[in-house]
Amino acid sequence: MANPLYQKHIISIPDFSRQEMELIVETAAELKSNPNPGLLQGKVIASCFFEASTRTRLSFETAIQRLGGSFIGFDNGANTSLAKKGETLADSVQVIASYVDAFVMRHPQEGAARLASEFSSVPVINAGDGSNQHPTQTLLDLFSIYECQKKLDGLNIAFVGDLKYGRTVHSLTQALSAFDCRFAFIAPDALGMPEYITDELDEKNIHHRRFDTIEEAVPEADIIYMTRVQKERFDETEFKHMAAKYILTLDTLKGARDNLKILHPLPRVDEIAVAVDKTPYAYYFEQAQNGVYAREALLALVLNEQI
Amino acid sequence: MANKLQVEAIKTGTVIDHIPAGQGMKILKRMELIKLKEKITVGFNLPSKNLGMKDLIKVANLLFTEEEANQLALFAPGATINVIENYIIKDKFEMSLPDVVQAAFDCPNSNCISHSEPVQSYFTVKQKNNDIQLKCKYCEKSFSKSIVEDL
Repeated sequence: MANPLYQKHIISIPDFSRQEMELIVETAAELKSNPNPGLLQGKVIASCFFEASTRTRLSFETAIQRLGGSFIGFDNGANTSLAKKGETLADSVQVIASYVDAFVMRHPQEGAARLASEFSSVPVINAGDGSNQHPTQTLLDLFSIYECQKKLDGLNIAFVGDLKYGRTVHSLTQALSAFDCRFAFIAPDALGMPEYITDELDEKNIHHRRFDTIEEAVPEADIIYMTRVQKERFDETEFKHMAAKYILTLDTLKGARDNLKILHPLPRVDEIAVAVDKTPYAYYFEQAQNGVYAREALLALVLNEQI
Repeated sequence: MANKLQVEAIKTGTVIDHIPAGQGMKILKRMELIKLKEKITVGFNLPSKNLGMKDLIKVANLLFTEEEANQLALFAPGATINVIENYIIKDKFEMSLPDVVQAAFDCPNSNCISHSEPVQSYFTVKQKNNDIQLKCKYCEKSFSKSIVEDL
């Protein structure tokens, strides 16, 4: 029987079942411990970045090559003739898809990947569509949590920082809500978790709480997921006054569980003190590396009936 | 006779009745009924037993399909639509909330890809407490019905 992701479009986290997420995470773990350079042999994959995103692109292109595939594409849509000639995305996708076995795309507009999936003859993999979804980031986050906690079920997850605009945080909350996790949200008032996410959690009867400080959430946390509070969103005085509350230092971590791990989608600015890097809690660089394995797993599952 | 409405019966066409008062104008505009160049009779703030006041629209020679009728449900929940042929009611639709609203209005998110591409807008409809939420298939953003009404 074909694996459930074979020839599927990968557009948005709410499209995934719990079983599909588990399959990706388990496949990523397998590929990390037993590299399989033949899984994409003979496959050509489009890597089309209509807006620049260096880490996501490099991680996809590494994943493709580690599995023996090759890629075509561009790293910035502005450099292509597509934009200059005013072709619709629908037409560009139809043409490029006819050259390749899968279509990885990043685009500055929300909904671009869903639209592309309606015009593409091959699976579309969303590498970020505006402020909407970035499913492979969520899958690498899930894999990192699974790797460091040996499970996804029943964990206490604390999200810190900008929970309003961070699509990473929204998607990961949606994904983890399939695994009976409990959530703590620590954010400035103006940057709290959007109501539509907390409503979804309420509908599923999932426990979530707001805390004023990171310290309050630390003793129970299995995962602290840090994000950056952007200066641009506040005036300077307000920012100085408020930002310190959302910085993770060695002091903040007193009383943490032994199994606590800290994640961050990176880039970090100053929200995690550099001293924390050397503690056993720091897991963000492993997480970044896991981006390659999660993307390998996804591409391998989408392009191989069986692994 | 004094209490009777002086609105002429139509031979063939559609009568949209029991429209919540104030919504009639919006429906005329939304459904682009005036552009049809057919005879349209409207009544605003008419007395209604159940609603207190209601709006009513009659469009000659236009026969609503159930799908078209359902597009209206979003803006006039509770309205009834009578499709009339030769003075006889051929179809009667009680408005029910549609699962999907297609091509009725543009996505309110200006950065949604649907604006610049050869596709129709597409929203799934969900009742949430006292509000109706519309979620765009493309950008996945949800909007309250009231935002869409003002477009």
